[in-house]
This record gives sequence, structure tokens and C-alpha cells, in this order.
Amino acid sequence: MLLTIPTTHTPATDLGYLLHKNPARIQETELAFGRARVFYPVANEDLCTVALLLEIDPIGLTRRNPADAAAEQYVNDRPYVVSSFLSVALAKVFGTALGGRSKERPELAEQAIPLRVEMPVVPARGGSDLIARLFEPLGYTVETVRYPLDPAFPDWGMSPYCRVTLEAECRLSDLLRHLYVLIPVLDDRKHYWVGEDEIEKMLRRGAGWLADHPDREFILRRGLKRRGRLTRLALQRLTGEEDSDQELHLRQRNEEEGALERTIRLNDIRLDTVAETLQESGARRVLDLGCGEGKLLQRLLKSKQFERIVGLDASVRALEIAHRRLRLAEAPPKVKERIELLHGALTYRDRRLEGYDAAALVEVVEHLDSARLAAMERVVFEHARPGLVVLTTPNREFNATFESLPAGEFRHRDHRFEWTREECQAWAAGVAERRGYSVVHRGIGDEDPELGSPTQMAIFTRLES
Amino acid sequence: MNFKIPAFSLVALVGASGSGKTSFARLHFKESEVLGSDFFRGLVSDDETDQSATNDAFDALYYVARKRLARRRLTVIDATNVQRDARKTLVALAREHHCLPVAIVLKIDPAICQDRNRDRTDRDFGRHVVRNQSLQLRKSLRGLKREGFRYIYVLSSPDEVEAATIERQRLWTDRRAESGPFDIIGDVHGCYEELRTLLAKLGWTVEIGDVEGERRYSLSHPEGRKVVFVGDLVDRGPNVPEVLRLAMDAVADDRAICVPGNHDIKLLKALRGKNVKIAHGLERSLEQLADETPEFRERVVGFIDSLISHFELDDGRLVVAHAGMREDMQGRASGAVRAFALYGETTGETDDFGLPIRYDWAQDYRGRAMVVYGHTPVPEPEWLNRTINIDTGCVFGGRLTALRYPEKELVSVPAAEVYCEPVRPLASAVEDGRDAQQLHDDLLHLEDVQGKRLVSTRLRGNLTIREDHATAALEVMSRFAADPRWLIYLPPTMAPSETSQRQGLLEHPEEAFDYFHRAGVGEVVCQEKHMGSRAVVLVCRDEQAAVERFGVDTGETGICYTRTGRRFFADADVENELIDRLRAAAEEAGLWDDLETDWLLLDCELMPWSVKAQDLLRSQYAPVGAAAQASLEFASRLAGENRNEAIDLSELARDLGRRQGSIDRYRDAYRHYCWPVESVGDLRLAPFHLLASEGAVHCKRDHWWHLEMARRWSEPAGDLVRVTASRKVDLADPVSRGQAIDWWTDLTSKGGEGIVVKPREFLATGRKGLVQPALKCRGREYLRIIYGPEYTDEQNLTRLRARALGRKRSLAIREFALGLEALERFVAREPLRRVHECVFGVLALESEPVDPRL
Repeated sequence: MLLTIPTTHTPATDLGYLLHKNPARIQETELAFGRARVFYPVANEDLCTVALLLEIDPIGLTRRNPADAAAEQYVNDRPYVVSSFLSVALAKVFGTALGGRSKERPELAEQAIPLRVEMPVVPARGGSDLIARLFEPLGYTVETVRYPLDPAFPDWGMSPYCRVTLEAECRLSDLLRHLYVLIPVLDDRKHYWVGEDEIEKMLRRGAGWLADHPDREFILRRGLKRRGRLTRLALQRLTGEEDSDQELHLRQRNEEEGALERTIRLNDIRLDTVAETLQESGARRVLDLGCGEGKLLQRLLKSKQFERIVGLDASVRALEIAHRRLRLAEAPPKVKERIELLHGALTYRDRRLEGYDAAALVEVVEHLDSARLAAMERVVFEHARPGLVVLTTPNREFNATFESLPAGEFRHRDHRFEWTREECQAWAAGVAERRGYSVVHRGIGDEDPELGSPTQMAIFTRLES
Repeated sequence: MNFKIPAFSLVALVGASGSGKTSFARLHFKESEVLGSDFFRGLVSDDETDQSATNDAFDALYYVARKRLARRRLTVIDATNVQRDARKTLVALAREHHCLPVAIVLKIDPAICQDRNRDRTDRDFGRHVVRNQSLQLRKSLRGLKREGFRYIYVLSSPDEVEAATIERQRLWTDRRAESGPFDIIGDVHGCYEELRTLLAKLGWTVEIGDVEGERRYSLSHPEGRKVVFVGDLVDRGPNVPEVLRLAMDAVADDRAICVPGNHDIKLLKALRGKNVKIAHGLERSLEQLADETPEFRERVVGFIDSLISHFELDDGRLVVAHAGMREDMQGRASGAVRAFALYGETTGETDDFGLPIRYDWAQDYRGRAMVVYGHTPVPEPEWLNRTINIDTGCVFGGRLTALRYPEKELVSVPAAEVYCEPVRPLASAVEDGRDAQQLHDDLLHLEDVQGKRLVSTRLRGNLTIREDHATAALEVMSRFAADPRWLIYLPPTMAPSETSQRQGLLEHPEEAFDYFHRAGVGEVVCQEKHMGSRAVVLVCRDEQAAVERFGVDTGETGICYTRTGRRFFADADVENELIDRLRAAAEEAGLWDDLETDWLLLDCELMPWSVKAQDLLRSQYAPVGAAAQASLEFASRLAGENRNEAIDLSELARDLGRRQGSIDRYRDAYRHYCWPVESVGDLRLAPFHLLASEGAVHCKRDHWWHLEMARRWSEPAGDLVRVTASRKVDLADPVSRGQAIDWWTDLTSKGGEGIVVKPREFLATGRKGLVQPALKCRGREYLRIIYGPEYTDEQNLTRLRARALGRKRSLAIREFALGLEALERFVAREPLRRVHECVFGVLALESEPVDPRL
């Protein structure tokens, strides 16, 4: 990876004094992850360009298995792009200049001079205007050219990399500090573990400009690897605002989940509705099939009516999160007796599920291949055979109201299908008929007169024979 | 005195402290057979004499006893057992496990016991203890039989104890030493003519002689076979006495064995004058027998009375019982076992015809033994979980059926007439072309895959599937895998050859050749390694084959799935078209007829790689190429155009130029494996194993046969099926090796992934057992997409060469064994869960942590 900084300040070779690196030599510095070379391909009175060439050892990178997951592969972009490795190298190689000091030219270090930065490969993740958004407020003229993924396959589209040129009249130390902080933000990665001391580093390098940057939260959040607590701490220190905590939290949610904010509310409504339905049925022993991270279980646990609550999921990871969410490790024995989490799958007959009053299948069926629905039907309705089955699934017709969702696509990557109301009802009627249940349908969420509700709910009641 | 005890029994030693129980047990039983109360007291409390630990000690003792009895191990309880309550628990324990309780009483003079106790430092309890125990023992003696002990032996003096010997007798049900061959015949119900016809059809000679005015049957078979009657010889039919006569004579001559049916037992009761309801055909037996002599009737009584509930035959591989036999009752004796053998289990409910609804035990049967039974007439005998009901309702106008064992061949003769109208019409089992096993297999049980498992394989013995790996597999299997009925095989992973030390290389054929040569393999086949995605393709000849052989009733006629069991194509139309074309090619190549099959399973590579790896290409391979090229180009130009005379950048420029070359080759490497796919016509399928077809796993065929089959398939398939180029190598011949190496060099320099080296035989065993079924030798350029664009720098290679292959090799062998085991089981028509267990195992093993670059 490489970056060059040309200047047209006269005499341009003063750049060497500012950087404390002699233009007449190639200078090498060994770093933990490779080697940095500093040299000047042009060094005259009118134009002087410094180049920092970083050779990252790809094998060592992978073998050391750092905190950065991307580096676990031998085939990775780290040796070729500017990233947090460059920030580390800047601090190491140009440490004095970064601090704004110069032994030979102290007054020049304080002076704004015409500077350019050329970076051949900058990973810019998250929108094409991100680079401009971050650098323009700092006074730079920004030029970016995005590379295609592979010119041999034009239909693969563009790569996440840009060639970037920044130009400004500014102090060299400011330029270096901007790069130091913002490059990993563009890349959205850091190759080392990020703890509280990282706040210190960012604020020190950000002194005098970060607090006023319009995207400061964004910068801190990415720079602190999206660790919410660290971000809030950093923001408090940066702005001195006590209440920034909540504000940030809200904004963060909005930004990350964007238009899906509505969905969050919908999820709560859905779970409340299912919990109420189970409650009203008088069920005492209930199953949450496909319990995921345990949000429904949490609601069920609050009601004394449910004497026995079992959550089942195919994902061990989800069950671990549920276990934490429900604080089962430290729960009193009375609670532990009431609830159990089981690992299992709805495509295998499971005797542990027999003998319950009711079962919930909240947003589960659409994650099964439609060819496996028949197995699920037998497991739940023939063998587990609870008195009541409450099932929810998206109503595909309603997708038309989601502006961000292209037509024909599903709401979630893992959805194998989404049903229209008619399809859902036809399937449910077949199940009821085959397995001896009656079924009624309801909508959950704000109803559209044409398209129905965002979520459809089918309530099956076992017919006693 | 010589005591006979059943080889499987629960032996309660009864005697006061100091009566010598422990010494007696040590002398006559294995150490592990004896569970002593003192020992368990020590186990739970560190003190064998701590009476406060008695309850806990017995809890633990009973727990262990239960485990032993469940495993059918003779178990001796070394405790005083002088109190009735203690013995009651033991009798209940024995009943629970259908095991005969035995009491061996050591009735020793209390004075002697006390003397012995005095000599022992750990027995410092008072004299009254032994006295009380002796008293209780004496009071107990008379009640032992009533308490339920089936064998009671009393030893009254130290001399008698000394002189006692114990002889273990096999259970009556235990005929494991008899291995047949057998002709097992279903419910005869007095259908004498049909029985004779059936015996004749089975090749039996039946001679009728005369002994003191009585007809005397004499049966013989040229193959030395033996008849097994599953009971219900009597009632309903036209000639009960003659059937009985034949059966009794054959049993007496040891030409036949017979288990009792419920009708036989009821007849016995009637003949003994017990009050039974004369119905369900019993009246006919009694009428017919009334014409016989009293001696004959007496003989019938003796015969039926002597019949044993069920038999275990052929080393436990075969069980015969009238109404079937659950696994946990096989080879055991109790009232419950006998009742099950005669009547089966009922749910307690009755159906519309007033007949009891039977609990279908065979649905839940998981035993290893084959169970052959009758009792309930069925229109067709059908295998279900290794059980088969061969009562085809002859007396109701159906057929009389025999099962030949071990051939598993069914032979039957039709009834001459309807002798009796059935109360309930014979249900038609054929619902939709699927058999009973397939209907049962429609749904697999979680308990058949969950937790730590031991899968026994033909090739590698028992393989362990760890619980955490099974857990991971369950998630993948349930969320992503195709219908398990289609998933009869998963391919094994493949290890690379040992790391080459040649400059600039990590892999080279020489190491693969050396491996096989060392293992004792003489000839190997080198096959071009296609760079696509592994695909398993199953093609049925028609929809009927899919239904009848695979139980898939969705209208599909085949499947193409990945090495983790996922459907290859999300678009069903693409998959269908691919299968259709392959089917047509198989038809034209004459494969259906030549292999006498209506389905084929192929191990293939499907190209291009970009079909399946699109995400990976766009998120990893292409971006790295784009970044590397732009970065090095910029740097290279900068260094090349150096205008600073004070420094010399020419070496840097050369170095960067060389690195640029690596990047170009890296991009070329993956580009070879990508091309746009608009339709099925753009796909290329390269089959290299024809794994299985009806009745055969083709692992006995060598690789030339497999390649020939693939070639025949490819001819009518046009471009769709690609032939795998191959070379034969004689490992002892350096010229032959050299030619193959040249071929590898040529292939890989043109962008080929590499070659796969396989022993000529599909299953090759060397000096140390099974050898690797295949080793891959990947090309220098291809490996750039594995080890990074610039891995060929010698300083990188030096470090990359340190790679451990052991785990990968072990994994490859285990997965290979499991995959073939799945196929063997499928071809032998075993229940799906037995096939699925192996397939699930392969998936579970895949979660073992292994260097993913190997």
C-alpha cells in the first residue's frame, strides 16, 4: 500500500525537514506487521513528493490471527489498501510531524502550505459520497475514481475501492492527523483490539477538528469498531454534553436500521399479540418453536399463568443469547423450573415437544425450504400436537409498501418464501384439515385496506375427537 | 450340590452378616457381576460400615443394577437381603427388565457368623444384629416362592456352601447357536392343504408313514433347512388336527421350531377344561379334535404347553415371535414378554369393528435383530425397521406366506378358498406407491441424530460423532439441507499430497505418487481436477422410480446437491432441466438397462465455479485483485519514473514489477473458472464416480470403469457432460511417473486446477489398512487463490510449507467410510434413519476444525 504527498510550497524540499526524512535517501523502518519505506521520487525546489510505501507481510498477518476477521484469509486486501496499518505507520514514521513539531523549520510546521495526498487504493465502505462527506468539511478538494471489480467481468459491478486525491492549503500535521483518524473510518476496520485507550488516541489526533466535524458521531462509532459504550464515552468527552447518551443512541438506531424502524415496532406488536393470544387461551404449558434470542420467552416468563415454558431453536448461538437475555444462569430455582431451552429442529420428530397446551411459531416457517414444510407440519401438528398453535409469517402483499424493498424480494435474506394472505390461508386450511385442527386468521400491525397487515397470524385449535 | 441358574438372571444372595456371601460370590461369579452393599456404601461415603450411608448406597446399587439388566447382564446382589422389603425391590427390578429372579440362601448358624465377624476389624456391631438377621432369614424362607423368586436354593452349612457349584443355563428362548437356513411360515390356522403346497414350493419333501396306526410325518429338505412356525396353527381353518400333527412331528424330529400363537394358547386352555369363550374359530378346532383320539389330544396339550414365547436365532440376528417382540424384551423371560409375544401391545382402545387397536410396536423398533412375526393379517408382507409381518391371512382367503432366511425371499401360495370371513376387511397398505418403510421414513426422529453417536461402518469400524459436531450438523441439516429422502450420500473431503519442497511449489505429483507407493499401491489413476463445485447428482428414470425407491412423492425425479447437502440450484426449473437432460443421456447411452436400474447416483464437479461462488468472487477474490493491481501499478510507475537522482529506485521498481506479475497471474487464475451462465446449456458437469445404482454400490469397480461410465454418459449429452481426462501411472516406473508429471505441469500452466491421484481400485487397502481414496495435487497458479496472490515468493513459501496434513487425512478417510456406509445401507433397503445417520455423520465431521486451505 502506498500514499504520496506532493507539495508545491517553495522551496518544496522543505518537506523533508517537516517530515524529518532526508529526500536524498531511502529510509526503511521495521514494523510489527511488515516494513515501511519512505522515499522521494521527486525532490526539487518546485515540487517535492514524499512516498510512504508499506509492505505488509500477508502470511504473518494470517498466521497471527489478529482481531481483524478479514485478515484470516490469505487472500485479503490488507497488503494493498490504505487502512489502520497506515495510521500506525504514520505515527511511527512521521511521529514528530504528526505532533506538529519540526526542529529545522518550526515556523513552517505552523504554516498552511499547499499539499496534496494521493492514495491509489482507498477502501470506502458505505456510499460513494463518504470520502467527500468526511474530508470536505475539513477544507479539502476531493477527487475520487472508483475501480471496477474486474474489467473482465463488467457485470460484476464496482469494487469498494477508490483512487483518492485530496488537496488543501493546510498544515502538514493537520493533514497527517486527518488521515490518521479518517482512513480506518473509511475502511470501517481496525486490525487491533479496540479498548478505552483508543478513545484517547482518537481524541488526541482529533483535537481541534473532530468536535466540530458534522459527522463526528459516525467517525467515533466506526473508529471505535461500533462499540456503543465506547462511542458514548468518547462523544461525552468530545462535546461535554451529558445528554448526548440517549440522543446518540436514538440516532444510531435510526441510522443503522434506517427505514426498518417501523419493523422494530412491528416486532414488538407481533410478540405482544402472540403472548396475549397464548394468555387468553388459558394455556399453562407452552412451546416457543424457533424461539431465537428469546424475546417471546421473556414476555411469557412474566405471566404466572405459564407454568412450563420451553423454547426450541436450531441455532445454538441464538439459544446462548436467549440464555443470557433471560438471565437463566443466575435465575432462582423457581424460574429455572418453569423454563427450558432446547436445541432441536422442526424437521425431526421430537418427543420432548409432546404434551403441551400451546405452541408459538413466530416468523419461523418462512425460514424453512418449502419442501420441508410437510415435515414441520407432521412434527408440530401430528406428533407434538398441542391444543393451540399460534403461527405468524410475513404477508408478502404488504411488501409493496416498503419503499426500500425491490419488488419481488423478501424481507430477509434467509426467507425461503413469503406468502400472500391467500397462500397462507390455503396452506393453513390444508394443515387443519389433515391434522384435525380448526384455524382462524388475523392480521398484526397497521392494516392497509388493499394489502392487509404486515404480519399474518394463523391460530390453530385442536379439534377434540 | 449343583445349582442351575439361567444365564440371564438377577441373583439375590440371602444371608446374615458373616454367612459368607461375599466369599461365595467371589468364587462363583465375575467380579463385575457382583454388586455388594458394602462396596457401594464405601463408594458413596468412603466408609463401608457407615450405616447412615445405606440408603444412598442402595440407590447407587440399584442404578447400576438397572444398567446391567438393561444390557442383559447377569447380576448378583451381595447384601443381607433378609428383609422382605429389600427382596421385594429386587424382584420388581427383575420384572422391570424381564429377568428371572434367583435366591441363593446361606442359612448359616448365627454362632459361626458371629465368630467370623469377630475376626474382622470392620464388623464391630453387637451380637443382636446377627441374631436378628438370622431370625428374619428363617422367617423369610417359606415366602420366597410367593415373593416371586423362580429359582430358590438354600445352603444350610459351611460344608454345603463349600461344596456348591453353579451351572449357568441358556434361556429357553436362546437358540442363537442355530443359524438356519430357515423357512419361516406365517399363521396357518388349520389350512393344511395350503401348508403342504407351500412346503412343496419351498422344496420340502413330506413323507407320511405309519406308527402304531397313527400317521407320522417326516420332513426333509435338500439344503438342510428348518421350518419355523410363527404360531396360530389352529382355529378357523378346515384341518387343524393334521396341521398340528405335521408340526408336532417336525418339531419332534428337530426339522421345525414353533412359537405359540394366542389361538394355540386358548385352545390349550379349552382342552384343559378351563372356562374360555368358544369363539373366533376355536369351535372348529374343538369339533375337529373331537374326532381324534384322547391320546392325540393329550399330545396336543403337551406340545402347546411346551412352546416357548419366542426365539432368538442366528447369533441374535433373527427373532421370531407370534405378535412381534420389542427390542427390550428379546431373549428375556417374564409374563410380560410372553404376553407381548402372544398378543402384542394394544392401546386399550377398540376400533369400529370392536377389535382392539394394536399399538404398532414396529414403528418404534430400533433393534438390530430382524423380527419376523404374524398375528395380524396384512395384504402384503412389508419390511419396516427390520421387522416383517408374514401373516397374509390364508384362512381369510389370502395367502400362506413363508420368509426364507437368510435370503429374505418371500414365497407364498394362495388360499384354496375363504374358510372364514374376516371381521375387519384387510386394510390396503398401498396408499401411493410407497411402502410401509417409506411411509414411516417420511419423518425422521431427533433421537436418531442428536448427541454423541457411534456409527458402525464396514470400512472403518465404529466412528464417533462428537456431540458438539452433531449439534452443528443439526443446524445445517435442518436449515439448509435438502429432503433427507434424497440425501443418501455426502462426498468426503479430499486431502492434498504432502507438501513439496521444490522451489516455488507447495504441491507436486511426486509426493502423491510416493504416498501411494509407500502404502503398497502399484498403479494409480491421475484425473484432471475440474475447478467448479462438488455436486452430487441423483437421477431417476421416471417419477415412479422416485416414489417407489426414494419415497419422494413431490413429482421430482432427481436432485443436484452440494457437498453439504444443499440444493445446488435455487431455481427448480434449472434443476429440472439439468436432470431431464441427464436422464435422456442415460437413456440413450443404455445405462438403465445395462445396470438394471431405474436410478443413478453420480459424484461430479459442476462448472463454472462462479455459479456457486458468486458471493465469494465478488466479496473477496475480485476485490483483492482490483486493489492489488491498482496499488502495485501506481507504486511501480512511481518507482519507474523516479526523478530524484539522489536515490536509486530501480531495484524497487523491478521488485514491484515482479509482484505485478503475480497479481496478473492471480487474476487469471480465478478468471479461468468464471463464465456467465444464462441457461443450463452454459453449465458443464464432469462426473467421475458412478457411485450407486439399484442393488449395487459400485465401490468394487475400479476407476477405469467409473470413467468409462462417465464417458458413455457424456456422448449423447453433448457439451453438458464433460469427460475427465486421465492418465494411468505405474508407480514403479519412473518414465510413467515422469509422463504424468509433465501432464500435470502442462495442465496447470494452462490454468487447470490440478490433478487428483487415486489408487486404481476404488477401495484400496495398503499395508496399514485403507489408504486415502484420493489425493489432490493442485497447480502453482491455482493455489494463488488459496494462499494469496503472492504466496510464490520463496520467503512466503518457506513458512507456508509448515502445514499439518494428519487431521485432514483422518477426516477424509472417516468421511469416505461414512459416505459409502450410507450407500451400502440404502442399497440394502435399510430404514432411512440408518442411511441418514451416516450422511448426518459426514456433515458433523465437517465441523471439525481443519485448515481450510488443505
